Amino acid sequence: MTQEALVKKSHGLAQFVATIRDEAGLTILDLGGISQENVSFLTGFGHRLYSEDLLRTLDSLTSEEDPPGGPSQRAQIEAFLAQCFDFGPGTLDGVLAWDTLQYLSRPVLLATIDRLYETLRPGAHMFTLFHTAERPQEVPLYSYRIADGETLYLVPRGRRLTVQQFNNRGIERLFERFNAVKFFLTRDNLREVIVKR
Amino acid sequence: MWTRKKEEEPVSARPSSPIPTAAELSREGIPISTAPTRVAEPSGGAAAVGKSVVVKGQIFSREDLYVDGEVEGTIEVQEYRLTVGPNGKVHANVKAKEIIVQGTVHGNMEASERIEIRKEAKIVGDLRTARIAIEDGAYFKGSIDVIRAEAPKAAPVSPQPARPAPTPTVPPARPEPSKVAAAGAETKS
Repeated sequence: MTQEALVKKSHGLAQFVATIRDEAGLTILDLGGISQENVSFLTGFGHRLYSEDLLRTLDSLTSEEDPPGGPSQRAQIEAFLAQCFDFGPGTLDGVLAWDTLQYLSRPVLLATIDRLYETLRPGAHMFTLFHTAERPQEVPLYSYRIADGETLYLVPRGRRLTVQQFNNRGIERLFERFNAVKFFLTRDNLREVIVKR
Repeated sequence: MWTRKKEEEPVSARPSSPIPTAAELSREGIPISTAPTRVAEPSGGAAAVGKSVVVKGQIFSREDLYVDGEVEGTIEVQEYRLTVGPNGKVHANVKAKEIIVQGTVHGNMEASERIEIRKEAKIVGDLRTARIAIEDGAYFKGSIDVIRAEAPKAAPVSPQPARPAPTPTVPPARPEPSKVAAAGAETKS
């Protein structure tokens, strides 16, 4: 890594890793873009890793001129889902969403969560992070890299405005179709959440 | 006039005019050979597709290959290294022993030894390899399968057939023993 990275202990990551470490050949989707660390860690278990830079794809497809809910936006959402989640139903055994969901507008977020529900295998888990700020604000954007089964490197990649804020109840509502939502207390400004399909 | 750019047209590595172009030969399905020494060569003396060269079809190489131009089709460099240079644009499925990408690749890549993705690289496709190295800044979209070397098995109890039929691991023999051949109709990856 060329940039100075923060080190973060993550119980949420540890729990996610516990769900994928005992069986080889799983299909894992990383929505934070590619990194050597994550590739080495996840393929080290014998898994197939799909890498997708969700925010980069989002930025390449969205236009600020489109009114929310307009026909152009609906087409963009479809294009976004097709590009990022081109998987059959139940084909993913795990998803590392990091904090990407918080940068999606409400219609895109809801469509994305529906698609995640469809593509995750029943019983599979997703690890995601939510900033704790109460209002949308600019926060540091990181590339999350797995150092080991319970430690993350947070490599800075600029700043970005969060689009939506959620408290625990809001997160539960967001994933109400899923089987279970588990929160992990942290000392920093990130809520760690494990969602079980 | 005389300053007109020529890189808009697919060109073969043989420049003399009476000889048909690669595109013409490809339409007829005739394999052609390219002479690596006639195109811009990277260091190391590998065969090269220069940055103003466009190849549509199949490339088989029996030496290291450097692609800094455009290739659309398939590339097989089974026992050697393929390097996609910073200007390289490959729309092809690729098989090689080792693959280094600095440019753009749209297609699936399979390397028996390693794939190296440099920071300028943009790759969309599925990768299958024994080892992979990724520089920060590279763009990748697709899947990664890392092939694990199997542990050597214990000697079998029952005798094995004396000479089992070998599995073909090389492309079919080409009519011309050229080191690099471009042939076939335009194929999409």
